[in-house]
Amino acid sequence: MTLDVEVITLTLVVITFGIYIYIGWWAKVKDTSNFFVAGKEIPAVANGAAIAADWMSAASFISMAGLISFLGYDGTIYLMGWTGGYVLLALLLAPYLRKFGRYTVPDFIGDRYYSNKTRAVAAIATIFISLTYVAGQMRGVGIVFSRYLQVDITIGVIIGMAIVAFFAVLGGMKGITWTQVIQYFVLIIAIIIPAAAISLQLTGIPVPQLGFTFSDIAERLSTLQVDLGMNEYLAPFQNMSGLNVFAVTLALMLGTAGLPHVIVRFYTVKDVRSARWSAGWALIFIALLYTVAPAIGVFAKYNLINTFNDESITDVREISWVSKWEETGLLGLDDKNGDGILNFTEESSPGNEVTIDPDIIVLSTPEVAELSPFIIALVAAGGLAAALSTASGLLLAMSSAVSHDLYYRIFRPQATEKQRLKIGRIMIFLAVIVAGYFGINPPGFVGEVVAFAFGLGAASLFPAILLGIFDKRMNRQGATWGISIGLSFTLIMILLMRSVEVFGTETQILDSFLGIDALGIGVVGAIVNFIISFIISRTTQAPPKEISDMVEEIRVPKVSDSSEK
Amino acid sequence: MSDKQLSERQREYWKKNIRLIVTLLVIWASVSLVAGIILAEPLSNIYFFELPLSFWFAHQGSIVVFIFLIFTYAIRMDRLDKKYGVEEVILTEKKDSKGDES
Repeated sequence: MTLDVEVITLTLVVITFGIYIYIGWWAKVKDTSNFFVAGKEIPAVANGAAIAADWMSAASFISMAGLISFLGYDGTIYLMGWTGGYVLLALLLAPYLRKFGRYTVPDFIGDRYYSNKTRAVAAIATIFISLTYVAGQMRGVGIVFSRYLQVDITIGVIIGMAIVAFFAVLGGMKGITWTQVIQYFVLIIAIIIPAAAISLQLTGIPVPQLGFTFSDIAERLSTLQVDLGMNEYLAPFQNMSGLNVFAVTLALMLGTAGLPHVIVRFYTVKDVRSARWSAGWALIFIALLYTVAPAIGVFAKYNLINTFNDESITDVREISWVSKWEETGLLGLDDKNGDGILNFTEESSPGNEVTIDPDIIVLSTPEVAELSPFIIALVAAGGLAAALSTASGLLLAMSSAVSHDLYYRIFRPQATEKQRLKIGRIMIFLAVIVAGYFGINPPGFVGEVVAFAFGLGAASLFPAILLGIFDKRMNRQGATWGISIGLSFTLIMILLMRSVEVFGTETQILDSFLGIDALGIGVVGAIVNFIISFIISRTTQAPPKEISDMVEEIRVPKVSDSSEK
Repeated sequence: MSDKQLSERQREYWKKNIRLIVTLLVIWASVSLVAGIILAEPLSNIYFFELPLSFWFAHQGSIVVFIFLIFTYAIRMDRLDKKYGVEEVILTEKKDSKGDES
């Protein structure tokens, strides 16, 4: 049985990797426009799928449903937080950035604020955000390999590096985009099939979102949890304060709209119109996973409680998936009071005898629902697709910040097309190596990726771009100070509130900032940025005429002047 | 080209765009931050089928509304672009950046 699953998994992984490599070869590019922005000819729907795959990381795929099932109502921080930002992107940023029509986020910030210093700050923010994010993805690849194919994590990371390096170095943004489109379908099928099966089993409705809303399963889980001494699943603010749920949700929304690897995807479509539409397609594709995840969370938790609670430990251990996941350490059964019966209650309470890693929720679903080994293999391939697609988008964002923004725009504006392409390829290759290294030896800050990436995106890039479009009076001084102070404030706050994880101090140096946790501090950083930018810009010189003309121009899709082409 | 007239129309286009954005963002905030978080407790007592209303917004409904908002914006802006004659007509790909891009 286990051998069976492994053989199928291996086959499926080899087939999907073969497809990714083939696309990289097919899409090989010869110029910088194709390398950085896929020649600006990606259709809106395909870009939507690519954004979705870019967006949904190993964590969204493997961990999110599990996290939600433990957070209950408060899990909304991820559900609304990681989807709401697309409305901001579609309405406030994407169309105008597409009209601006260059290659990167620092491109816009540097040009709009007529300053190479600001460009450099934006490039460094881009590199830091992407680096923390990508290290986690490479580790995710290693973890999937080790769990499903009993390969060492290090070897898994190296295999992942080799695959990404191949299609990213050769195909640039074009190769990355089309592999992401395929990766999207692999990962979404992998999550939907088991979810539909378990929904049918528990609610009689095969569409998980409907089973979740139109059956009493959530209510049953909520009552069951209360009976067992756990939190009421359906009641708000059981795990986090209302203020924190608010701050974190908003920070993740703003952060989404400030993530460079997502923003650049809007440069790859052919016109302003497609930028607006592709944001809509992206959210449809993303919502498929994000509306299924809370349903899976409820179904799986309900199932797990019923499988374990009040059952004899020896009976439970005879279930094949139980022993398998117990071996991996993701599931812990411990009959503390020696009565032979398992008690499942609040994790922290001393009487609890079942400990569950949140990842189990998704990983075990196919087995719990008694689906064929093929589906189990599909989940493995889906996890890899999620990790690889996100990693490749981030690697491109990092390498273009170095090769385009720092090298070409600042240090060597006279560089030829050929040199720029070469540097772009070298940089993406180096980025793969760095990401792989951090994936194998993750430093403390990698575990705090959500706080860092989203907090910094929200506090630095999002306000700078937004003001650049909507506030014509915003000038270099205002933006530069706004970004610098917003960024440093957020960075310092996160470091102080996560000092245990990052520096290994005994206790956190700072518990919270006025009750707001590290995950939500980006909102405060963004407000600081907005205020500072506003005050400084109004007390210094207005931006030059050509800059306000540029702002006028990006606000309309096409200036309908008489000089028709 | 009549610079004045042109910018007049552009200003009007921009104003309408802003009004649409503000309307949609108000809905965006009311289904997510207001219905899902600020009013979480009071709305827990009203039921949407089998789920408390605020929980449904927080775990399903707001996401569905987000999709609806983006497509509404895309459709309305297509219309607005056409009305103001600012829609892009792609002729050739290689029109250099200075001209109509930057």
